[in-house]
Amino acid sequence: MSLVRSKSYKAFKAALWGNNPISKQILGICSSLAVTVQLKTAIVMALSLTLVTGFSNLLVSMLRNYIPRNIRIIAELVIIASLVIVADQILKAFFYDISKQLSVFVGLIITNCIVMGRAEAYAMANPPVPSFFDGLGNGLGYGIVLLSVAFIRELLGSGKLFGIQIVPDAFYTAGYSNMGLLVLAPGAFIVIGLLVWLQNTISTEKNTY
Amino acid sequence: MENLFNILFVSVFPGNILLSYFLGMCSFIAVSRNMSTATGLGLAVVFVMTLTTPVNWLVYHYLLAPGALTWAGLPDVDLNYLTFITFIAVIAALVQSVEMIIDRFSPTLYTALGVFLPLIAVNCAILGAALFMVEREYSFSESIVYGFGSGLGWMLAIVTMSALRLKMRYSDVPQGLQGFGIAMIVSGLLAMTFMLFSGMST
Repeated sequence: MSLVRSKSYKAFKAALWGNNPISKQILGICSSLAVTVQLKTAIVMALSLTLVTGFSNLLVSMLRNYIPRNIRIIAELVIIASLVIVADQILKAFFYDISKQLSVFVGLIITNCIVMGRAEAYAMANPPVPSFFDGLGNGLGYGIVLLSVAFIRELLGSGKLFGIQIVPDAFYTAGYSNMGLLVLAPGAFIVIGLLVWLQNTISTEKNTY
Repeated sequence: MENLFNILFVSVFPGNILLSYFLGMCSFIAVSRNMSTATGLGLAVVFVMTLTTPVNWLVYHYLLAPGALTWAGLPDVDLNYLTFITFIAVIAALVQSVEMIIDRFSPTLYTALGVFLPLIAVNCAILGAALFMVEREYSFSESIVYGFGSGLGWMLAIVTMSALRLKMRYSDVPQGLQGFGIAMIVSGLLAMTFMLFSGMST
């Protein structure tokens, strides 16, 4: 049991930093950036993706000995799509406003390369419990990047966090203005590029010391 | 007619599916290192998107939308919740059959596009275009134009990006920024130039 636990833990931890899905594996950037204008939508997106990745890894791993090799992609897609439908229906039922804001991007979790990539690379070759944690870790690793981008974009782009104004009015009267570029699409690209730079710099420093 | 042209223009430039909705990023980053492969993948995306968006329109409006099954005598049935799984199945099936048809009738085109076609089935941009088509309530002719325009916009972006990356090989990029980091920043600048066209759409 301790072996399983340590394997689960390792898979979980690697995904958060050293092997982060977005900045290191370059997976799943697709739909991630569009929801980072506000922290609220980013959190909901990160949570739904974490759950979908975790459970799809769990299910794929449980079925891995029964799925024939040459139709595995379709089998995985069906599992993922069903989970995404569940997530979408839950959002529509309980968080209707947010699900309207997320619009098509919940559906696009299906084609998010993280979910598929982890199912292919990890869950097809590992037992259910570590796979589940690998999925959760990857979802959270994705969530961290998503939240950092959303934090920067919402704070500097509209002076708010979670829709509450943070930058005091005195700043605006003194001539401070929001950076409109960050709210637009190019802002997201540039912020994520800079974040990757920061992460690479920190990790290489760790290695050399 | 003006409406159709407007949809085409918006989907190619200011509302570019890649640079303003971030769809299809994975293959955009992975395949843009080489210009000829980028062009090949771009062509395949234009082709598949022009095909799948209208087909998904038909599927949605005659099978899935609330009340769509009236023609079969089932006006109360609402299969809306099956949208995602149906769209992805339609896309995968179409891509597979297009691959087989091209292989049978045009071996030259097959060698040019063939390797990219299976990749496309899981390209977020294709599913994204289909979902946007539903969300924005396009008509059938609009959905054809939208599919074609989005594909063209995606191709334009990836070909431009591959040309930029070719130039970047000779520039001195800081160590931590090399690869993915600089690619994202360059796409940001590219997105800005595409956004400049938004003043021209009505």
